[in-house]
Amino acid sequence: MKDTFDEITDRKAWMGLMAKAPEGRVAELLDATLARPAFTWLRAPEIGSTMVRARAGGTGTPFNLGEMTLTRCALTLSTGEVGHAYIQGRRKRDAEAAALVDALMQTDAADQLRTGVLGPLSTETAAAKSTRANKAAATKVDFFTMVRGED
Amino acid sequence: MLAETLAGGFADPAIGAAHAFRGVMEAMGRPGTLQTITGAEPPAPLSTAAGAVLLTLCDTETPVYLAGHTDCEAVRAWLAFHTGAPLVGPSHAMFAIGTWDALAPLSAYPIGTSEYPDRSATLIVECPDLGANGARLTGPGINGSTSLSLPETSSFQANHALFPLGLDFIFTSGDRLAALPRSTEVF
Repeated sequence: MKDTFDEITDRKAWMGLMAKAPEGRVAELLDATLARPAFTWLRAPEIGSTMVRARAGGTGTPFNLGEMTLTRCALTLSTGEVGHAYIQGRRKRDAEAAALVDALMQTDAADQLRTGVLGPLSTETAAAKSTRANKAAATKVDFFTMVRGED
Repeated sequence: MLAETLAGGFADPAIGAAHAFRGVMEAMGRPGTLQTITGAEPPAPLSTAAGAVLLTLCDTETPVYLAGHTDCEAVRAWLAFHTGAPLVGPSHAMFAIGTWDALAPLSAYPIGTSEYPDRSATLIVECPDLGANGARLTGPGINGSTSLSLPETSSFQANHALFPLGLDFIFTSGDRLAALPRSTEVF
């Protein structure tokens, strides 16, 4: 098999993180970290829907899970970096903030954003995930047999 | 990816596409008339009018064939970003774009079937100049006859002979556009 090296793993990770962030959170963190630079739209924010595909257990065949609403946009900074955003829901302001972060992550401001935006965001996401998992785990019932009584 | 190749879409997609669609429809409905459509700024070598037509008519379900010099990295990236149209060879294309020489031979394009004459290709021909002179056109949508500067006449006569099958043509030059549907007779 051909060796492949995914050069865009990092970018995928932060775009995925922002796509799933709660409403207004990316914009809040971005404004707290640095002043928004000037930019021009390549594609103004627009709302549409997309088919989400899934596979059971990670090995099953893909199936169409359902459609979800998403907002997308693309912009370019005055220095030429292009930022894209595809985020869940109908949230044009969040899409703008996410695209700005994506563009700025390709500039010198990357480290600043990593600590100011992406770090807190991934911590919060992980916390929300484990809270939910713990709640679910508390209701889990384990069935087991103490003695089968065959002897 | 470079910002220059991704810029140049309609500033307001809904309104820009509606204006451009109206222009293409008028041109097709009245063969030989010149329409002006603006709003798109595609990368070279595409003209403004050709870019606007592609933005308006192409999406993920319309395979596009880029002929000759139009098949370059900038155009591919621009088309992918703005329309998502798949790029194919001439035999599977719904739209083809290029100069008249690059698009030849016309036999390579689908002309539709008797049951579905609409499953044919529309060729967007980039012309150095467009004017109301040259070949004489008659047919539906033309009051009497009109003239249009076509690159040649014999191919269009052969195409008309295939009616109701056949290809449709959109001629673009700068921001101007004219059309020649398969129903038009060329002399």
